[in-house]
Amino acid sequence: MPHDVTLAKLGERFPDVGLAPSEFRDNRRIVCPRERLFDVLAFLQSDCGFDMLADLTAVDYLEYPDARDRFGVVYALAATVANERLYVKVMLNEPDLDLPSAVPLWKGADWLEREIYDMFGIRFVGHPDLRRILMPQEFAAFPLRKDYPLRGHGERHNFPVLTREES
Amino acid sequence: MAVHPNDGFVATRLTALANWVRKNSLWPMPFGTACCGIELMALGASKHDVARFGAEVFRFSPRQCDLMIVAGRVVMKMLPVLQRIWLQMPEPKWCICMGACASSGGVFDTYAVVQGIDRFLPVDIYVPGCPPRPEQLIQSIIDLQERIQREGTIGGPSLADEPSSDRMPQLVNHLPIVSPSPARTG
Repeated sequence: MPHDVTLAKLGERFPDVGLAPSEFRDNRRIVCPRERLFDVLAFLQSDCGFDMLADLTAVDYLEYPDARDRFGVVYALAATVANERLYVKVMLNEPDLDLPSAVPLWKGADWLEREIYDMFGIRFVGHPDLRRILMPQEFAAFPLRKDYPLRGHGERHNFPVLTREES
Repeated sequence: MAVHPNDGFVATRLTALANWVRKNSLWPMPFGTACCGIELMALGASKHDVARFGAEVFRFSPRQCDLMIVAGRVVMKMLPVLQRIWLQMPEPKWCICMGACASSGGVFDTYAVVQGIDRFLPVDIYVPGCPPRPEQLIQSIIDLQERIQREGTIGGPSLADEPSSDRMPQLVNHLPIVSPSPARTG
């Protein structure tokens, strides 16, 4: 089982980090503390064959039952040679919403991290170009946070009105 | 309008003549952002063939267009673009608001989607539907042509402020511009 090998390598390399491996319906997951996140990701890429960042997304656990942390950022890794997949999760709380950027490891993290920054306000330190990617640059909120109302704060109506006479 | 077939000329008002010319040569600006844009393409293709109504010359430069067809939802990031394109179009110009999303936001009542472009732009014709059939869009063009003929002004805004049918003389659709030959008139 390649997954057991990966877990053994991780335990050997990071004996002091509680990675809390778990499995649910063939999804293998570990939870990584933020301080060691970049080291763990770099080790998974260089020594465990995870050469592809399949997805990178975030979850807001505000008012979620039994949740202890506000945000979770999920790295979906894939090892294309060994056909292995692994989810690495890191939990975050306000006001300290900084994460190390994964762009040095996987180029594909660029736009994914921009999207998370745009929607959740989680900043990726070391990202080459951390701008909003979906919303306009002057947009002030983070719309996928659970405390942001569905209809917004009136941003969609904040435009000049062109009339027939002046256009 | 006075027609003098035997003398070889017609007398009409300049506004009525301009409206008649303009309404039969609408150049649409296809602002297609969603599935309505697909129906808009079908409108221009061979099956529905909007060339039958003189509006087949789709131009992607707003400076060459006089009819903007907003087909699809407009999000708040796109609205400044839409307004800029509208301002770039020369007068006289008209706007058809195609489909539920462009007219009201449709089902997308979210923070990002503008709830009807008529909040920020002048709209002349609304087309209901999700998306509307090309036949509906053809009807909207016919309706717009009637409005241009009825309410169009030659020097002021594209359409008069108050719809009034008696302000200008009606011009029949089959107006003979050139005097018919004596043989055809009998």
